[in-house]
Amino acid sequence: MIWQEIINGISIGGVYALIAVGYSLVYSVLNFSNFAHGEVLMIGAYIGFYALTALRFPFWLAIALSIVLGGVVAITLEKIGYRPLRLRKAPTLYFMISAMGLSIFLQNFTLVTIGPNFRTYPEVFSFDPFEIGSLSIGSLDLIIFVTTAFCLGLLTWFIYKTKLGVAIQAAAYNMRVASLMGINPDLVVSIVFFMAGASAGIAGVMFGMKYTVYPWMGSLTIKAFIAAVVGGLGSLPGAVLGAFILGVTETFAAAFVSSAFRDLFSFALMIFIIILRPGGLMGVVVKEKA
Amino acid sequence: MSVYVQGILFLSCINLIAVLGLSLLTGFTGSFNFGQAGFLAIGAYAATLMTVKVHAPFAVALVTGMLASGLVSILLGYPTLRLKGDYFAIATLGFAEAVRLLIENLEKVTGGSRGIPSIPTKTSLGTLVPVTLAIVWVMRNYIASRHGRNCVAVREDETAAQAIAVNVFRYKQISFFVNGLLAGLSGGFMAHYVGFIQPSMFGIQKSTELIVMVIFGGMHSITGSVLSAVVLTSLPEVLRAAAAWRLVMYGAAVVFIMVVRPEGLLGSWELNIRSIKAMYRGASQFFRHLYLRAFHGTA
Repeated sequence: MIWQEIINGISIGGVYALIAVGYSLVYSVLNFSNFAHGEVLMIGAYIGFYALTALRFPFWLAIALSIVLGGVVAITLEKIGYRPLRLRKAPTLYFMISAMGLSIFLQNFTLVTIGPNFRTYPEVFSFDPFEIGSLSIGSLDLIIFVTTAFCLGLLTWFIYKTKLGVAIQAAAYNMRVASLMGINPDLVVSIVFFMAGASAGIAGVMFGMKYTVYPWMGSLTIKAFIAAVVGGLGSLPGAVLGAFILGVTETFAAAFVSSAFRDLFSFALMIFIIILRPGGLMGVVVKEKA
Repeated sequence: MSVYVQGILFLSCINLIAVLGLSLLTGFTGSFNFGQAGFLAIGAYAATLMTVKVHAPFAVALVTGMLASGLVSILLGYPTLRLKGDYFAIATLGFAEAVRLLIENLEKVTGGSRGIPSIPTKTSLGTLVPVTLAIVWVMRNYIASRHGRNCVAVREDETAAQAIAVNVFRYKQISFFVNGLLAGLSGGFMAHYVGFIQPSMFGIQKSTELIVMVIFGGMHSITGSVLSAVVLTSLPEVLRAAAAWRLVMYGAAVVFIMVVRPEGLLGSWELNIRSIKAMYRGASQFFRHLYLRAFHGTA
């Protein structure tokens, strides 16, 4: 029973991890929380849905489309909503408000144009669970887990092993000094937003397959945000760790207490962690310098 | 006054009370509160339970709602206000959702998702308008006082504020507490005006509406908040046909404001007799200039 719940928790944690990484990436470079990230996920989910149903694309092409378009949407949002603020060196508060505006706009635009209906993905994979002893693992969960692990691996490789990745690390450390060293800040920010958007695109398709697609599904990403906070904002391994801890906490709360109080537990977990370790589990508290 | 106009006035005042709290907290002190609806809900439910279950007088119910919401904001602010703004924003967002879930699931006390029906409608314009005006006056004086300037110092630069011996945490906490009190009061008035409350009235959309009002009017202006609360409450009533597009336009407008004029409509400019006089003088000079130029050929 307990092992089964842990498996369920890890499978939902995997999707959270993919979204949380997007938050952390943007936070590490620009130092603000991109509240519009959830809407990129929603757009990715819709793109995947229409590619599979209206355009009858094969699955790999649909997912590739939502990766690319998710990234493009994220870059576009950055150019419209954040770049002017970045150039003006506006305070973080303005970034957050701008992000909120983008999120309200996209959510309600989708609501008005596409409509409030819940849409179900066509069955791409059979849902037959694997049986290992007394444990059962849904095949969709397994696919999601493998995809997440692959994407996170790719992301880690890109950031720690390639030249551009090192540039991103430098920019995260200090954008001004990095730009003195010949790193183009606009390019770095665009790449970061592309990666965040692309991972949100995949996560959107995964979420859509596991649940349904609807205009305000972006607000589900508050869970991923909580995961990023628990793990430490700005830290990639922290985001992944936080996501799995949150996933397991949630399924345990739902299984052993009451599914109605599941979200209360995730919120309480965040407050608890913030009190114990203000920087999150793997984050560092950076004191503001004069 | 027609019932329709009265209705708009009621809602404008109720929204304005919550917006004033938010203006102090987010506009002047710089802590982004994403979950104002949660505090409204606490005030509304506490006040309603007092009138419906305890049969307390209206004033007692309102004060109970205020204090309940204020107390919760102290408890929530203690761990979260010490941290960076992002954590605070997300904590308030999560908090509002948690409050809504709690209300939905504590069916014995709150009536669950069906809410509490047939609340006595005790809110009258005779009490609401003077209370609102009094709050505007107090807030204006608070902002103009030393304490108000300290809040602005916290918003502009926490480190610098600390360096000139401003207790950053305490001012944030005061602002958050006042915001809680006002949100609770607004919730209490709202419940006793509408006549029923449901958890769905206190969703993310409500928080969004209120924060948009603060941003529209100018984050650094009390009268700006007054103006935008009245205008944005009556606009959707006037533009009923475009109701679905309202939030789309709000979103676009918020981004536009942040990119083009982040200080909002009035910025840090306050509307008062002197500024209106100055505006009038400027305008009349301008028109005089036009007149002379058009009809007398002199300028």
